Amino acid sequence: MSSETDTTERARPEPIQAVPVRHPGRWVAVAVIGVLVAMFVHLLVTNKAFNWAFMVDEMFRPPIMEGLRGTLALTVLAMVIGVSLGVVVAIMRLSENPILRGVSWAYTWFFRAVPRLVLAILFGNLGILWARIEFGLPFDRQIGALFGVNDFEARLFGFSALEILTGFVAGMLALGLSEAAYMAEIVRAGIQSVDEGQTEAAQALGLSRTQILRRIVLPQAMRVIIPPTGNETIAMLKDTSLVAFVPVSTELFFQLKAVGNRTFQVFPMYVAACLWYLLLTSVLLVGQYYLERHFSKGFGKSAQAKIRLRGITAEAGGSASEAGR
Amino acid sequence: MTQVTTPAGAAGTAGDGVMVRAEQVHKSFGSVEVLKGIDLEVRSGEVCCLLGPSGSGKSTFLRCINHLEKINAGRIRVDGELIGYRERGGKLHEMREKEIATQRRAIGMVFQRFNLFPHMTALQNVAEAPVLSGRERKAAARDRAAALLQRVGLGDKLGNYPGQLSGGQQQRVAIARALAMQPKLMLFDEPTSALDPELVGEVLDVMKDLARDGMTMIVVTHEIGFAREVGDSLIFMDDGVVVESGAPREVIANPRHDRTKAFLAKVL
Repeated sequence: MSSETDTTERARPEPIQAVPVRHPGRWVAVAVIGVLVAMFVHLLVTNKAFNWAFMVDEMFRPPIMEGLRGTLALTVLAMVIGVSLGVVVAIMRLSENPILRGVSWAYTWFFRAVPRLVLAILFGNLGILWARIEFGLPFDRQIGALFGVNDFEARLFGFSALEILTGFVAGMLALGLSEAAYMAEIVRAGIQSVDEGQTEAAQALGLSRTQILRRIVLPQAMRVIIPPTGNETIAMLKDTSLVAFVPVSTELFFQLKAVGNRTFQVFPMYVAACLWYLLLTSVLLVGQYYLERHFSKGFGKSAQAKIRLRGITAEAGGSASEAGR
Repeated sequence: MTQVTTPAGAAGTAGDGVMVRAEQVHKSFGSVEVLKGIDLEVRSGEVCCLLGPSGSGKSTFLRCINHLEKINAGRIRVDGELIGYRERGGKLHEMREKEIATQRRAIGMVFQRFNLFPHMTALQNVAEAPVLSGRERKAAARDRAAALLQRVGLGDKLGNYPGQLSGGQQQRVAIARALAMQPKLMLFDEPTSALDPELVGEVLDVMKDLARDGMTMIVVTHEIGFAREVGDSLIFMDDGVVVESGAPREVIANPRHDRTKAFLAKVL
Protein backbone atom coordinates (compact mmCIF):
# COMPACT_ATOMS: atom_id res chain seq x y z
CA MET A 1 0.00 0.00 0.00
CA SER A 2 3.01 2.23 -0.22
CA SER A 3 2.72 2.53 -3.99
CA GLU A 4 0.89 5.84 -3.74
CA THR A 5 3.76 7.65 -2.07
CA ASP A 6 6.23 5.89 -4.34
CA THR A 7 4.70 7.21 -7.52
CA THR A 8 4.64 10.79 -6.33
CA GLU A 9 8.22 10.70 -5.21
CA ARG A 10 9.63 8.96 -8.22
CA ALA A 11 11.24 11.27 -10.79
CA ARG A 12 9.46 11.83 -14.10
CA PRO A 13 11.16 9.66 -16.77
CA GLU A 14 12.81 11.42 -19.65
CA PRO A 15 10.68 11.76 -22.83
CA ILE A 16 11.04 9.02 -25.42
CA GLN A 17 13.35 9.88 -28.30
CA ALA A 18 13.19 6.78 -30.44
CA VAL A 19 14.47 6.41 -33.98
CA PRO A 20 11.36 6.50 -36.22
CA VAL A 21 10.59 3.59 -38.54
CA ARG A 22 12.15 4.17 -41.97
CA HIS A 23 9.98 3.89 -45.08
CA PRO A 24 12.36 3.13 -47.95
CA GLY A 25 9.41 1.97 -50.08
CA ARG A 26 8.07 5.50 -50.17
CA TRP A 27 11.29 6.83 -51.68
CA VAL A 28 11.20 4.17 -54.35
CA ALA A 29 7.58 5.09 -55.13
CA VAL A 30 8.46 8.78 -55.36
CA ALA A 31 11.25 7.99 -57.82
CA VAL A 32 9.01 5.80 -60.00
CA ILE A 33 6.18 8.33 -60.02
CA GLY A 34 8.64 11.14 -60.73
CA VAL A 35 9.92 9.37 -63.83
CA LEU A 36 6.38 8.63 -65.05
CA VAL A 37 5.29 12.25 -64.56
CA ALA A 38 8.38 13.48 -66.38
CA MET A 39 7.59 11.15 -69.29
CA PHE A 40 3.99 12.39 -69.38
CA VAL A 41 4.99 16.08 -69.33
CA HIS A 42 7.56 15.39 -72.03
CA LEU A 43 4.81 13.82 -74.13
CA LEU A 44 2.50 16.79 -73.60
CA VAL A 45 5.17 19.29 -74.58
CA THR A 46 6.90 17.58 -77.47
CA ASN A 47 4.15 15.66 -79.26
CA LYS A 48 2.85 17.79 -82.13
CA ALA A 49 -0.50 15.96 -82.19
CA PHE A 50 -1.64 17.95 -79.15
CA ASN A 51 -1.48 21.19 -81.09
CA TRP A 52 -1.98 23.25 -77.94
CA ALA A 53 -2.10 26.65 -79.58
CA PHE A 54 -4.92 25.53 -81.86
CA MET A 55 -6.80 23.92 -78.98
CA VAL A 56 -6.65 26.95 -76.73
CA ASP A 57 -7.63 29.15 -79.63
CA GLU A 58 -10.71 27.04 -80.42
CA MET A 59 -11.99 25.96 -77.02
CA PHE A 60 -13.40 29.36 -75.99
CA ARG A 61 -15.13 30.27 -79.26
CA PRO A 62 -18.81 31.31 -79.18
CA PRO A 63 -20.26 28.00 -80.49
CA ILE A 64 -18.33 26.13 -77.80
CA MET A 65 -19.53 28.54 -75.14
CA GLU A 66 -23.08 28.01 -76.35
CA GLY A 67 -22.50 24.29 -76.10
CA LEU A 68 -21.21 24.82 -72.57
CA ARG A 69 -24.38 26.70 -71.63
CA GLY A 70 -26.43 23.90 -73.17
CA THR A 71 -24.55 21.28 -71.17
CA LEU A 72 -25.02 23.17 -67.92
CA ALA A 73 -28.72 23.79 -68.61
CA LEU A 74 -29.20 20.14 -69.51
CA THR A 75 -27.43 19.03 -66.33
CA VAL A 76 -29.52 21.29 -64.11
CA LEU A 77 -32.86 20.52 -65.77
CA ALA A 78 -32.26 16.77 -65.92
CA MET A 79 -31.26 16.77 -62.24
CA VAL A 80 -34.30 18.83 -61.27
CA ILE A 81 -36.54 16.31 -63.04
CA GLY A 82 -34.51 13.44 -61.63
CA VAL A 83 -34.55 14.58 -58.00
CA SER A 84 -38.18 15.72 -57.82
CA LEU A 85 -39.53 12.71 -59.67
CA GLY A 86 -37.11 10.48 -57.77
CA VAL A 87 -38.48 11.66 -54.41
CA VAL A 88 -42.03 10.97 -55.63
CA VAL A 89 -41.11 7.51 -56.90
CA ALA A 90 -39.29 6.70 -53.63
CA ILE A 91 -42.27 7.77 -51.53
CA MET A 92 -44.55 5.71 -53.75
CA ARG A 93 -42.24 2.76 -53.28
CA LEU A 94 -42.48 3.05 -49.49
CA SER A 95 -46.23 3.67 -49.51
CA GLU A 96 -48.73 1.28 -47.99
CA ASN A 97 -50.70 1.41 -51.22
CA PRO A 98 -49.78 -1.71 -53.25
CA ILE A 99 -50.71 -0.05 -56.56
CA LEU A 100 -48.33 2.86 -56.00
CA ARG A 101 -45.65 0.41 -54.93
CA GLY A 102 -46.11 -1.59 -58.11
CA VAL A 103 -46.03 1.44 -60.41
CA SER A 104 -42.90 2.69 -58.69
CA TRP A 105 -41.21 -0.68 -58.99
CA ALA A 106 -42.03 -0.92 -62.71
CA TYR A 107 -40.73 2.59 -63.33
CA THR A 108 -37.43 1.93 -61.60
CA TRP A 109 -37.10 -1.40 -63.33
CA PHE A 110 -37.55 0.04 -66.82
CA PHE A 111 -35.36 3.10 -66.50
CA ARG A 112 -32.55 1.30 -64.77
CA ALA A 113 -32.57 -1.55 -67.27
CA VAL A 114 -32.21 0.58 -70.42
CA PRO A 115 -28.82 2.24 -70.98
CA ARG A 116 -28.89 6.03 -71.09
CA LEU A 117 -27.38 6.19 -74.54
CA VAL A 118 -30.11 3.90 -75.93
CA LEU A 119 -32.73 5.88 -74.04
CA ALA A 120 -31.46 9.16 -75.45
CA ILE A 121 -31.55 7.89 -79.04
CA LEU A 122 -34.98 6.29 -78.45
CA PHE A 123 -36.43 9.55 -77.12
CA GLY A 124 -34.92 11.44 -80.04
CA ASN A 125 -36.89 9.17 -82.37
CA LEU A 126 -40.21 9.17 -80.53
CA GLY A 127 -41.47 11.51 -83.23
CA ILE A 128 -41.88 8.39 -85.37
CA LEU A 129 -44.73 7.23 -83.10
CA TRP A 130 -46.72 10.44 -83.11
CA ALA A 131 -46.65 13.43 -85.37
CA ARG A 132 -48.41 15.43 -82.71
CA ILE A 133 -48.72 14.94 -78.98
CA GLU A 134 -52.11 15.98 -77.67
CA PHE A 135 -53.81 15.93 -74.32
CA GLY A 136 -57.50 15.25 -73.78
CA LEU A 137 -59.90 12.34 -73.36
CA PRO A 138 -58.03 9.06 -73.86
CA PHE A 139 -59.34 6.74 -76.62
CA ASP A 140 -61.58 9.53 -77.89
CA ARG A 141 -61.72 8.21 -81.46
CA GLN A 142 -62.55 4.70 -80.33
CA ILE A 143 -65.24 6.00 -77.97
CA GLY A 144 -66.62 8.15 -80.79
CA ALA A 145 -66.71 5.14 -83.10
CA LEU A 146 -68.57 3.20 -80.42
CA PHE A 147 -71.37 5.76 -80.49
CA GLY A 148 -71.32 6.00 -84.28
CA VAL A 149 -69.53 9.33 -84.47
CA ASN A 150 -66.67 9.39 -86.91
CA ASP A 151 -63.55 11.38 -86.16
CA PHE A 152 -64.76 12.35 -82.70
CA GLU A 153 -61.98 14.27 -80.99
CA ALA A 154 -61.84 15.55 -77.45
CA ARG A 155 -58.43 17.14 -77.15
CA LEU A 156 -57.50 20.11 -75.09
CA PHE A 157 -54.14 21.07 -76.46
CA GLY A 158 -51.24 19.58 -78.31
CA PHE A 159 -47.96 20.27 -79.99
CA SER A 160 -45.92 18.90 -82.80
CA ALA A 161 -43.84 15.99 -81.57
CA LEU A 162 -41.29 16.54 -84.28
CA GLU A 163 -40.64 20.05 -83.06
CA ILE A 164 -40.69 19.36 -79.36
CA LEU A 165 -39.30 15.88 -78.95
CA THR A 166 -36.23 16.26 -81.06
CA GLY A 167 -33.06 17.63 -79.67
CA PHE A 168 -32.90 19.33 -76.34
CA VAL A 169 -36.24 18.26 -74.83
CA ALA A 170 -35.78 14.65 -75.86
CA GLY A 171 -32.31 14.61 -74.34
CA MET A 172 -33.52 16.31 -71.18
CA LEU A 173 -36.38 13.84 -70.75
CA ALA A 174 -34.19 10.83 -71.43
CA LEU A 175 -31.59 11.91 -68.89
CA GLY A 176 -34.11 13.23 -66.32
CA LEU A 177 -36.41 10.21 -66.38
CA SER A 178 -33.52 7.80 -66.16
CA GLU A 179 -31.99 9.82 -63.34
CA ALA A 180 -35.28 9.70 -61.43
CA ALA A 181 -35.01 5.92 -61.24
CA TYR A 182 -31.57 6.12 -59.66
CA MET A 183 -32.53 9.00 -57.39
CA ALA A 184 -35.55 7.02 -56.22
CA GLU A 185 -33.25 4.30 -54.94
CA ILE A 186 -31.03 6.86 -53.23
CA VAL A 187 -33.95 8.65 -51.60
CA ARG A 188 -35.46 5.36 -50.51
CA ALA A 189 -32.21 4.33 -48.84
CA GLY A 190 -32.07 7.76 -47.18
CA ILE A 191 -35.59 7.53 -45.82
CA GLN A 192 -34.98 4.02 -44.56
CA SER A 193 -31.80 5.13 -42.82
CA VAL A 194 -33.79 7.36 -40.46
CA ASP A 195 -34.41 5.67 -37.12
CA GLU A 196 -37.88 4.14 -36.78
CA GLY A 197 -38.18 5.87 -33.40
CA GLN A 198 -38.37 9.24 -35.16
CA THR A 199 -41.53 8.28 -37.00
CA GLU A 200 -42.98 6.74 -33.85
CA ALA A 201 -42.31 9.84 -31.79
CA ALA A 202 -43.91 12.01 -34.46
CA GLN A 203 -46.89 9.67 -34.72
CA ALA A 204 -47.33 9.76 -30.97
CA LEU A 205 -47.49 13.55 -31.23
CA GLY A 206 -50.38 13.18 -33.65
CA LEU A 207 -48.63 14.34 -36.82
CA SER A 208 -49.91 13.13 -40.17
CA ARG A 209 -47.98 10.87 -42.52
CA THR A 210 -47.15 13.76 -44.87
CA GLN A 211 -46.08 16.03 -42.03
CA ILE A 212 -43.81 13.35 -40.62
CA LEU A 213 -42.22 12.79 -43.99
CA ARG A 214 -41.77 16.47 -44.78
CA ARG A 215 -40.70 17.80 -41.40
CA ILE A 216 -39.08 14.89 -39.60
CA VAL A 217 -37.93 12.12 -41.91
CA LEU A 218 -36.84 13.84 -45.14
CA PRO A 219 -34.68 16.52 -43.46
CA GLN A 220 -32.81 13.76 -41.64
CA ALA A 221 -32.66 11.59 -44.74
CA MET A 222 -31.05 14.51 -46.60
CA ARG A 223 -27.80 13.87 -44.78
CA VAL A 224 -27.68 10.43 -46.37
CA ILE A 225 -29.16 11.54 -49.70
CA ILE A 226 -26.93 14.55 -50.44
CA PRO A 227 -23.51 12.91 -50.95
CA PRO A 228 -24.70 10.36 -53.54
CA THR A 229 -26.81 13.08 -55.18
CA GLY A 230 -23.65 15.14 -55.62
CA ASN A 231 -22.06 12.14 -57.31
CA GLU A 232 -25.15 11.74 -59.48
CA THR A 233 -24.93 15.39 -60.52
CA ILE A 234 -21.31 14.98 -61.52
CA ALA A 235 -22.16 11.80 -63.42
CA MET A 236 -25.05 13.65 -65.08
CA LEU A 237 -22.77 16.46 -66.19
CA LYS A 238 -20.66 13.88 -67.97
CA ASP A 239 -23.63 11.92 -69.30
CA THR A 240 -24.96 15.01 -71.06
CA SER A 241 -22.35 14.18 -73.68
CA LEU A 242 -24.58 11.22 -74.62
CA VAL A 243 -27.25 13.51 -76.04
CA ALA A 244 -24.84 14.33 -78.87
CA PHE A 245 -26.38 11.18 -80.34
CA VAL A 246 -30.02 12.35 -80.06
CA PRO A 247 -28.75 14.58 -81.66
CA VAL A 248 -28.56 17.75 -79.63
CA SER A 249 -26.29 20.39 -81.11
CA THR A 250 -26.30 22.90 -78.24
CA GLU A 251 -24.09 20.70 -76.12
CA LEU A 252 -20.42 20.93 -75.25
CA PHE A 253 -19.13 17.63 -76.58
CA PHE A 254 -21.10 17.93 -79.84
CA GLN A 255 -19.62 21.36 -80.47
CA LEU A 256 -16.05 20.34 -79.67
CA LYS A 257 -16.38 17.28 -81.88
CA ALA A 258 -17.81 19.44 -84.67
CA VAL A 259 -14.78 21.70 -84.57
CA GLY A 260 -12.52 18.65 -84.64
CA ASN A 261 -14.33 17.14 -87.61
CA ARG A 262 -14.35 20.41 -89.53
CA THR A 263 -10.66 21.18 -89.03
CA PHE A 264 -9.38 17.58 -89.02
CA GLN A 265 -7.80 18.38 -85.65
CA VAL A 266 -9.85 15.73 -83.81
CA PHE A 267 -7.45 14.87 -81.02
CA PRO A 268 -6.85 18.37 -79.62
CA MET A 269 -10.59 18.88 -79.36
CA TYR A 270 -10.99 15.62 -77.40
CA VAL A 271 -8.32 16.91 -75.04
CA ALA A 272 -10.25 20.17 -74.82
CA ALA A 273 -13.34 18.14 -73.86
CA CYS A 274 -11.34 16.47 -71.08
CA LEU A 275 -10.20 19.83 -69.75
CA TRP A 276 -13.70 21.32 -69.86
CA TYR A 277 -15.26 18.38 -68.03
CA LEU A 278 -12.42 18.40 -65.49
CA LEU A 279 -13.04 22.07 -64.77
CA LEU A 280 -16.84 21.77 -64.48
CA THR A 281 -16.61 18.70 -62.27
CA SER A 282 -14.16 20.42 -59.95
CA VAL A 283 -16.58 23.33 -59.51
CA LEU A 284 -19.36 20.88 -58.65
CA LEU A 285 -17.14 19.15 -56.10
CA VAL A 286 -16.72 22.43 -54.23
CA GLY A 287 -20.50 22.97 -54.26
CA GLN A 288 -21.05 19.47 -52.94
CA TYR A 289 -18.76 20.14 -50.01
CA TYR A 290 -20.80 23.15 -48.86
CA LEU A 291 -24.13 21.37 -49.36
CA GLU A 292 -23.04 18.45 -47.22
CA ARG A 293 -21.89 20.80 -44.52
CA HIS A 294 -25.26 22.56 -44.49
CA PHE A 295 -27.28 19.38 -44.15
CA SER A 296 -25.27 17.95 -41.30
CA LYS A 297 -26.86 20.59 -39.04
CA GLY A 298 -27.27 19.24 -35.55
CA PHE A 299 -24.91 16.49 -36.61
CA GLY A 300 -21.71 18.53 -36.40
CA LYS A 301 -18.70 16.31 -36.66
CA SER A 302 -18.22 16.14 -32.91
CA ALA A 303 -21.94 15.83 -32.21
CA GLN A 304 -22.12 13.05 -34.75
CA ALA A 305 -19.26 11.22 -33.13
CA LYS A 306 -20.93 11.65 -29.76
CA ILE A 307 -24.22 10.29 -31.03
CA ARG A 308 -22.40 7.31 -32.47
CA LEU A 309 -20.62 6.84 -29.16
CA ARG A 310 -23.89 7.00 -27.30
CA GLY A 311 -25.31 4.33 -29.58
CA ILE A 312 -22.37 2.07 -28.93
CA THR A 313 -22.41 2.44 -25.17
CA ALA A 314 -26.18 2.11 -25.00
CA GLU A 315 -25.89 -1.17 -26.82
CA ALA A 316 -23.23 -2.21 -24.37
CA GLY A 317 -25.84 -1.86 -21.64
CA GLY A 318 -24.88 1.50 -20.24
CA SER A 319 -25.39 4.98 -21.60
CA ALA A 320 -23.00 7.70 -22.57
CA SER A 321 -25.00 10.66 -21.50
CA GLU A 322 -21.70 12.17 -20.45
CA ALA A 323 -20.65 12.11 -24.05
CA GLY A 324 -23.55 14.35 -24.89
CA ARG A 325 -22.30 17.11 -22.67
CA MET B 1 -58.16 1.67 -7.24
CA THR B 2 -57.28 -0.35 -10.28
CA GLN B 3 -59.74 -3.08 -10.90
CA VAL B 4 -58.51 -6.10 -12.70
CA THR B 5 -62.01 -7.35 -13.33
CA THR B 6 -64.16 -5.14 -15.46
CA PRO B 7 -67.52 -6.13 -16.85
CA ALA B 8 -66.91 -6.88 -20.50
CA GLY B 9 -68.46 -4.42 -22.89
CA ALA B 10 -68.92 -1.70 -20.33
CA ALA B 11 -67.91 1.51 -22.02
CA GLY B 12 -66.00 3.95 -19.91
CA THR B 13 -67.30 7.45 -20.40
CA ALA B 14 -65.66 10.71 -19.71
CA GLY B 15 -68.02 11.19 -16.81
CA ASP B 16 -67.12 8.16 -14.73
CA GLY B 17 -63.57 9.31 -14.05
CA VAL B 18 -61.93 6.44 -15.91
CA MET B 19 -59.20 7.60 -18.25
CA VAL B 20 -58.00 4.30 -19.65
CA ARG B 21 -60.00 1.10 -19.79
CA ALA B 22 -58.54 -1.98 -21.39
CA GLU B 23 -60.63 -5.08 -21.82
CA GLN B 24 -59.17 -8.43 -22.75
CA VAL B 25 -56.43 -6.94 -24.92
CA HIS B 26 -54.64 -9.52 -27.05
CA LYS B 27 -51.68 -8.83 -29.28
CA SER B 28 -49.56 -11.18 -31.34
CA PHE B 29 -46.46 -10.63 -33.43
CA GLY B 30 -46.71 -13.39 -36.01
CA SER B 31 -47.26 -16.59 -34.07
CA VAL B 32 -45.97 -15.17 -30.79
CA GLU B 33 -48.70 -13.97 -28.49
CA VAL B 34 -47.30 -11.06 -26.50
CA LEU B 35 -50.45 -9.93 -24.71
CA LYS B 36 -52.85 -12.59 -23.55
CA GLY B 37 -55.86 -10.74 -22.36
CA ILE B 38 -54.99 -7.61 -20.41
CA ASP B 39 -57.69 -5.95 -18.34
CA LEU B 40 -57.00 -2.74 -16.58
CA GLU B 41 -58.49 0.54 -15.57
CA VAL B 42 -56.71 3.79 -14.85
CA ARG B 43 -58.72 6.59 -13.31
CA SER B 44 -58.26 10.24 -14.09
CA GLY B 45 -55.33 11.78 -12.23
CA GLU B 46 -53.95 8.41 -11.28
CA VAL B 47 -50.35 7.28 -11.72
CA CYS B 48 -50.28 3.64 -12.77
CA CYS B 49 -46.93 1.83 -12.77
CA LEU B 50 -46.38 -1.21 -14.96
CA LEU B 51 -43.74 -3.56 -13.66
CA GLY B 52 -42.45 -6.83 -14.97
CA PRO B 53 -39.51 -8.70 -16.42
CA SER B 54 -38.39 -7.78 -19.93
CA GLY B 55 -40.45 -9.49 -22.57
CA SER B 56 -43.51 -9.52 -20.35
CA GLY B 57 -45.41 -7.28 -22.79
CA LYS B 58 -45.58 -4.08 -20.75
CA SER B 59 -44.05 -1.87 -23.44
CA THR B 60 -46.18 -3.47 -26.12
CA PHE B 61 -49.29 -2.83 -24.05
CA LEU B 62 -48.28 0.80 -23.61
CA ARG B 63 -47.83 1.16 -27.37
CA CYS B 64 -51.26 -0.32 -27.93
CA ILE B 65 -52.84 2.48 -25.91
CA ASN B 66 -51.94 5.09 -28.53
CA HIS B 67 -52.34 2.64 -31.40
CA LEU B 68 -48.67 2.46 -32.31
CA GLU B 69 -49.45 -1.25 -32.24
CA LYS B 70 -52.74 -2.66 -33.50
CA ILE B 71 -54.37 -5.02 -31.06
CA ASN B 72 -55.76 -8.35 -32.28
CA ALA B 73 -58.62 -8.68 -29.82
CA GLY B 74 -60.23 -6.75 -27.00
CA ARG B 75 -60.95 -3.06 -26.58
CA ILE B 76 -58.95 -0.07 -25.39
CA ARG B 77 -60.78 3.09 -24.47
CA VAL B 78 -59.19 6.38 -23.53
CA ASP B 79 -61.52 8.90 -21.92
CA GLY B 80 -64.43 6.78 -23.08
CA GLU B 81 -63.35 6.76 -26.69
CA LEU B 82 -62.43 3.55 -28.49
CA ILE B 83 -58.84 3.76 -29.78
CA GLY B 84 -58.19 3.14 -33.46
CA TYR B 85 -61.66 1.88 -34.30
CA ARG B 86 -65.23 3.02 -34.47
CA GLU B 87 -68.02 0.73 -33.41
CA ARG B 88 -71.01 0.96 -35.71
CA GLY B 89 -73.85 -1.53 -35.80
CA GLY B 90 -71.90 -4.01 -33.71
CA LYS B 91 -69.02 -3.94 -36.18
CA LEU B 92 -65.58 -2.40 -35.84
CA HIS B 93 -64.44 0.00 -38.54
CA GLU B 94 -60.79 0.97 -38.83
CA MET B 95 -60.20 4.66 -38.36
CA ARG B 96 -58.52 6.78 -40.99
CA GLU B 97 -54.95 7.89 -40.44
CA LYS B 98 -56.15 11.41 -39.70
CA GLU B 99 -58.62 10.36 -37.00
CA ILE B 100 -55.99 8.22 -35.31
CA ALA B 101 -53.63 11.21 -35.35
CA THR B 102 -56.32 13.29 -33.67
CA GLN B 103 -56.71 10.66 -30.94
CA ARG B 104 -52.96 10.50 -30.42
CA ARG B 105 -52.74 14.23 -29.83
CA ALA B 106 -54.52 13.73 -26.52
CA ILE B 107 -52.02 11.07 -25.46
CA GLY B 108 -48.44 12.07 -24.77
CA MET B 109 -45.70 9.49 -25.00
CA VAL B 110 -42.13 9.42 -23.72
CA PHE B 111 -39.75 6.80 -25.09
CA GLN B 112 -36.86 4.92 -23.58
CA ARG B 113 -34.47 6.23 -26.26
CA PHE B 114 -35.89 9.82 -26.13
CA ASN B 115 -36.44 9.93 -29.93
CA LEU B 116 -35.92 13.67 -30.07
CA PHE B 117 -35.69 15.15 -33.55
CA PRO B 118 -31.91 15.60 -33.94
CA HIS B 119 -32.12 18.28 -36.65
CA MET B 120 -34.14 20.63 -34.43
CA THR B 121 -33.18 22.59 -31.33
CA ALA B 122 -34.82 21.81 -28.00
CA LEU B 123 -37.24 24.68 -28.55
CA GLN B 124 -38.12 23.55 -32.07
CA ASN B 125 -38.63 19.99 -30.83
CA VAL B 126 -41.23 21.19 -28.35
CA ALA B 127 -42.91 23.81 -30.57
CA GLU B 128 -43.11 21.70 -33.73
CA ALA B 129 -46.20 19.57 -33.14
CA PRO B 130 -48.54 22.31 -31.84
CA VAL B 131 -47.74 24.40 -34.92
CA LEU B 132 -48.03 21.56 -37.42
CA SER B 133 -51.31 20.38 -35.97
CA GLY B 134 -52.64 23.90 -36.50
CA ARG B 135 -53.28 24.49 -32.83
CA GLU B 136 -51.09 27.48 -32.34
CA ARG B 137 -49.31 30.17 -34.27
CA LYS B 138 -45.57 29.92 -34.38
CA ALA B 139 -44.90 32.74 -31.93
CA ALA B 140 -47.40 31.48 -29.35
CA ALA B 141 -46.11 27.94 -29.63
CA ARG B 142 -42.55 29.12 -29.14
CA ASP B 143 -43.47 31.08 -26.04
CA ARG B 144 -45.25 28.12 -24.54
CA ALA B 145 -42.44 25.77 -25.54
CA ALA B 146 -39.96 28.02 -23.77
CA ALA B 147 -42.17 28.01 -20.67
CA LEU B 148 -42.43 24.21 -20.77
CA LEU B 149 -38.68 23.84 -21.07
CA GLN B 150 -38.32 26.25 -18.17
CA ARG B 151 -40.65 24.02 -16.20
CA VAL B 152 -38.50 20.92 -16.78
CA GLY B 153 -35.46 22.95 -15.75
CA LEU B 154 -33.99 23.57 -19.20
CA GLY B 155 -34.74 27.27 -19.61
CA ASP B 156 -31.11 27.85 -20.59
CA LYS B 157 -30.95 25.12 -23.24
CA LEU B 158 -33.58 26.34 -25.68
CA GLY B 159 -31.17 26.67 -28.60
CA ASN B 160 -29.27 23.43 -28.03
CA TYR B 161 -29.54 20.51 -30.39
CA PRO B 162 -30.29 17.10 -28.80
CA GLY B 163 -26.75 15.98 -29.62
CA GLN B 164 -25.46 18.71 -27.30
CA LEU B 165 -27.57 17.61 -24.32
CA SER B 166 -27.04 14.88 -21.76
CA GLY B 167 -29.36 11.91 -21.67
CA GLY B 168 -31.28 13.28 -18.71
CA GLN B 169 -31.68 16.65 -20.39
CA GLN B 170 -32.82 15.00 -23.60
CA GLN B 171 -35.45 13.01 -21.78
CA ARG B 172 -36.72 16.15 -20.07
CA VAL B 173 -37.00 17.86 -23.48
CA ALA B 174 -38.94 14.78 -24.65
CA ILE B 175 -41.35 15.18 -21.72
CA ALA B 176 -41.80 18.87 -22.53
CA ARG B 177 -42.42 17.95 -26.16
CA ALA B 178 -45.18 15.55 -25.17
CA LEU B 179 -46.70 18.10 -22.77
CA ALA B 180 -46.80 20.73 -25.52
CA MET B 181 -49.79 18.94 -27.05
CA GLN B 182 -51.61 19.36 -23.72
CA PRO B 183 -52.44 15.67 -23.41
CA LYS B 184 -54.91 14.26 -20.93
CA LEU B 185 -52.84 11.12 -20.55
CA MET B 186 -49.08 10.54 -20.51
CA LEU B 187 -47.44 7.24 -21.36
CA PHE B 188 -43.86 6.62 -20.20
CA ASP B 189 -41.99 3.71 -21.74
CA GLU B 190 -39.05 3.00 -19.41
CA PRO B 191 -38.11 6.68 -19.40
CA THR B 192 -35.00 6.23 -17.26
CA SER B 193 -33.67 2.91 -18.52
CA ALA B 194 -31.24 4.46 -21.01
CA LEU B 195 -29.83 6.93 -18.49
CA ASP B 196 -26.72 6.95 -16.37
CA PRO B 197 -27.65 6.30 -12.74
CA GLU B 198 -26.82 9.84 -11.63
CA LEU B 199 -29.17 11.32 -14.27
CA VAL B 200 -32.21 9.22 -13.37
CA GLY B 201 -33.19 11.51 -10.52
CA GLU B 202 -33.68 14.65 -12.58
CA VAL B 203 -36.11 12.87 -14.92
CA LEU B 204 -38.03 11.24 -12.06
CA ASP B 205 -38.32 14.65 -10.37
CA VAL B 206 -40.02 16.08 -13.45
CA MET B 207 -42.37 13.09 -13.51
CA LYS B 208 -43.19 13.47 -9.81
CA ASP B 209 -43.95 17.12 -10.45
CA LEU B 210 -46.33 16.12 -13.24
CA ALA B 211 -48.03 13.58 -11.01
CA ARG B 212 -48.54 16.20 -8.31
CA ASP B 213 -50.24 18.41 -10.89
CA GLY B 214 -52.79 15.68 -11.41
CA MET B 215 -51.65 14.31 -14.76
CA THR B 216 -52.91 10.81 -15.54
CA MET B 217 -49.83 8.71 -16.17
CA ILE B 218 -49.04 5.14 -17.12
CA VAL B 219 -45.39 4.40 -16.43
CA VAL B 220 -43.50 1.32 -17.50
CA THR B 221 -40.54 1.34 -15.17
CA HIS B 222 -37.98 -0.59 -13.21
CA GLU B 223 -37.76 2.17 -10.61
CA ILE B 224 -39.40 0.46 -7.64
CA GLY B 225 -38.80 3.51 -5.50
CA PHE B 226 -40.72 5.73 -7.91
CA ALA B 227 -43.59 3.25 -8.08
CA ARG B 228 -43.81 3.11 -4.30
CA GLU B 229 -43.56 6.83 -3.79
CA VAL B 230 -45.60 8.25 -6.66
CA GLY B 231 -47.70 5.39 -7.98
CA ASP B 232 -51.39 5.13 -7.11
CA SER B 233 -51.56 1.66 -8.50
CA LEU B 234 -49.11 -0.98 -9.54
CA ILE B 235 -49.60 -3.67 -12.16
CA PHE B 236 -47.21 -6.57 -12.30
CA MET B 237 -47.13 -8.24 -15.69
CA ASP B 238 -45.43 -11.42 -16.75
CA ASP B 239 -45.67 -13.42 -19.94
CA GLY B 240 -48.45 -11.28 -21.39
CA VAL B 241 -50.83 -11.37 -18.45
CA VAL B 242 -51.47 -9.22 -15.40
CA VAL B 243 -50.18 -11.35 -12.54
CA GLU B 244 -50.91 -9.03 -9.69
CA SER B 245 -52.13 -5.52 -9.10
CA GLY B 246 -52.97 -3.22 -6.27
CA ALA B 247 -51.62 -0.38 -4.18
CA PRO B 248 -47.85 -0.14 -4.85
CA ARG B 249 -46.78 -0.28 -1.20
CA GLU B 250 -48.98 -3.27 -0.61
CA VAL B 251 -47.77 -5.21 -3.67
CA ILE B 252 -44.11 -4.37 -3.10
CA ALA B 253 -44.20 -5.19 0.62
CA ASN B 254 -46.42 -8.27 0.43
CA PRO B 255 -46.43 -9.78 -3.05
CA ARG B 256 -48.92 -12.61 -3.18
CA HIS B 257 -47.83 -14.30 -6.32
CA ASP B 258 -44.63 -16.30 -6.67
CA ARG B 259 -43.65 -14.63 -9.91
CA THR B 260 -44.02 -11.20 -8.34
CA LYS B 261 -41.93 -12.32 -5.38
CA ALA B 262 -39.22 -13.69 -7.67
CA PHE B 263 -39.11 -10.50 -9.71
CA LEU B 264 -39.07 -8.15 -6.72
CA ALA B 265 -36.35 -10.23 -5.09
CA LYS B 266 -34.17 -9.57 -8.14
CA VAL B 267 -34.76 -5.84 -8.51
CA LEU B 268 -34.99 -4.70 -4.90
